Amino acid sequence: MDHKEAQKAPPLVQFHNVSYSLPNTTIISDLNLTVERGETLVLLGESGCGKTTTLKLVNRLLTPTSGEVVVEGKATTAWDPIQLRRRIGYVIQEGGLFPHFTIARNVGLVPSLSNWDDARTSERVREMLNLVGLDPNRFAERYPRELSGGQRQRVGVARALAADPPLLLLDEPFGALDPLTRASLQREFAELAARLGKTAILVTHDVREALILARRIGLMHKGQLLLLETPERFRASDHPQARAYLDTLNVNGGSA
Amino acid sequence: MSFWQFLQANWPELLLLVRQHIVLVFVAILVAVIIGVPAGILLTRYRSLRGPVLGIANVMQTIPSLALFGFLIPLPFIGGIGTRTALVALVVYSLLPIIRNTVTGILNVDPNVREAAVAMGMTSGQVLRQVELPLAMGVIVTGIRVATVIAVGVTTIAAAVGAGGLGVYIFRGLRQYDNNLLLAGAVSAALLALAADFLLGLVEKQFSVDAKRSAQSSFGRKLALAAAVVLVIGGGAVWLGRSKPAGTSHIAIGSKDFTESALLAEIVAQMLEARGVSVERRFELGGNLPHEALVVGTLDLYPEYTGTSFTAILHHAPITDPRAVYTLVKQEYAEKFKVEVSPSLGFENTFAILVRGDDARRLNLKTISDAAPQSPRWQAGFGQDFMSRADGYPGFSKAYGLKFAEVREMDLSLTYIALSSRQVDLIAGNSTEGRIATLDLFQLADDRHYFPPYEAVYLVRQDSLTRVPALAEVLAKLANAISTDEMRRLNYEIDGNKRDPKEVVKEWLGSRGF
Repeated sequence: MDHKEAQKAPPLVQFHNVSYSLPNTTIISDLNLTVERGETLVLLGESGCGKTTTLKLVNRLLTPTSGEVVVEGKATTAWDPIQLRRRIGYVIQEGGLFPHFTIARNVGLVPSLSNWDDARTSERVREMLNLVGLDPNRFAERYPRELSGGQRQRVGVARALAADPPLLLLDEPFGALDPLTRASLQREFAELAARLGKTAILVTHDVREALILARRIGLMHKGQLLLLETPERFRASDHPQARAYLDTLNVNGGSA
Repeated sequence: MSFWQFLQANWPELLLLVRQHIVLVFVAILVAVIIGVPAGILLTRYRSLRGPVLGIANVMQTIPSLALFGFLIPLPFIGGIGTRTALVALVVYSLLPIIRNTVTGILNVDPNVREAAVAMGMTSGQVLRQVELPLAMGVIVTGIRVATVIAVGVTTIAAAVGAGGLGVYIFRGLRQYDNNLLLAGAVSAALLALAADFLLGLVEKQFSVDAKRSAQSSFGRKLALAAAVVLVIGGGAVWLGRSKPAGTSHIAIGSKDFTESALLAEIVAQMLEARGVSVERRFELGGNLPHEALVVGTLDLYPEYTGTSFTAILHHAPITDPRAVYTLVKQEYAEKFKVEVSPSLGFENTFAILVRGDDARRLNLKTISDAAPQSPRWQAGFGQDFMSRADGYPGFSKAYGLKFAEVREMDLSLTYIALSSRQVDLIAGNSTEGRIATLDLFQLADDRHYFPPYEAVYLVRQDSLTRVPALAEVLAKLANAISTDEMRRLNYEIDGNKRDPKEVVKEWLGSRGF
């Protein structure tokens, strides 16, 4: 709506008539979606609705059964998957950290895979840890199991940002955290994304999270995109699925 | 002789056997890891291969080790007798735990972690090397540890194919009923197993992710520790690195796995050595291994009995004329196997049907026919050999109408002690066995002349005779050189007086002026 000025380059991610099915079930059917540069798009839906699959189609962990996913003007199937993935930050629940790597090695993973020299990598690691609010002197040489859930999640975000990718994919990144930690991390992430101007696709089943973080909310149900709206218009929607989500806020007396 | 004295007297030999044992296990495990870990990795990539390959590895491990050694003997390249065969069998046994644990270890890596690795843009090789293998390493090392402990045990069987190791003491101890030998072999093998278990346990701990506290142990350091353990174990390999001198006057002499056979082989060995021929001793081979090894050329010579060749190898029905048996064996061996039969050594070693001396006196038993009426009240104990061969138990019991209350199949050398300690009442021993007199056993006369004549001879390959002229000279000297009494005495020097066979042979050769 109000952010269409800077869109000269092609959209970062586009889904064209994308379907994805397994032998007996259809996970996603006929999905069309455009992700604009700089926006945070939140895919909202219950588990099994296809939102995680949508995410994995972007970094080619999966390829569409029909249709195509276009990233930076090129279909994912035309990309070298390794190059594609190194340009996309990926954050999953609990961070998906490597238990046998130190925090520094976890964060520095993509830079070192991309053959950055050691000095540059370790400088970047310190910068990233500072960015997500972890003191490098305290945390760099620890192992993931020595950190709290919230700290691990911060490391996960730091790792995804380390190679400065244009796009971030986040799969329920705050799902396993206690409510207080979750709230503060959500707030920090919103600020961070705005400050860095990153494009992000975030998947959640938490409508409150969607309303806080999203520039646009895509509501998914049984493999289809029902609704794609800004948070304000999502709140006002009279779509029954959207209303069902919004009602949970009222029942909980939510403050969002 | 106390165990302590035994150790002091035999320390150098025990040490040699321990080294052989370690080298066998070490090389086998090394090869099994080199094959097994990549195979396991492959199985995680190709799901459809998993069932068949693990199935085959499983079946291979259920093959009894002695049987596996038997299968391997006649095979070219991997078979034969000696170290190579033993290694092949050991590798076969070690593969399963290593492959299985590699598969399990890699498949058990948290799928979220693997997915994160792929999503970070790691190539599949990087995922394997940087994520899957390090995380699976603890489980893989456990597999190697299990395989090693199993291999230490199985290696004791390797002595049966002449590969050496602590099994030599265990087999010899069983045969000679010598607890010192048994203890030295078994305790050393057990200690080796415990040591291997402990060392690999240390390595395993290093690789376990759970044990990680802080930055103290990097993956590289763990590999360094593993390498150190490998070096410690492998150090033994250096000792055994020397190879045997080869050449035209080199002879491999085998023997069967009982005292007399080894003694006869040693006699030829020392006589050849005195004539400047280098001798490789492959003694104490089980079952028909010496014959098979002679035919394929791994052995040049071994001592045999004409009756055994006649019935067990050539599969003729037993006959009783010694000259006829000798002539037929000589003729058929030359035609079928290109093997010469030496002149008879001058004594026979036939099956001796033995009872306790006090039973013989009490019941007034002189012949096997005398004993037949007692058989329904008796238990009999027979060696595996006697139970299975054509001239053994089936024909024997029919010829004399024997119906025992029970027949136990056991190791031949144990039957003597089983008889004297009243575990069984009748056995089929060897007529030249030294312990017949010392244990007060009585040999019943073969009054129906059932057993064929078993004249002691040497079997020698024709091509060996041409290659090493000294052989023919030695064999001619030994014609009719040993009487039955003399053989019994020599056996007793070893089995009864626990003397070193080499010394006994040296002494005897000296006394005969050979």
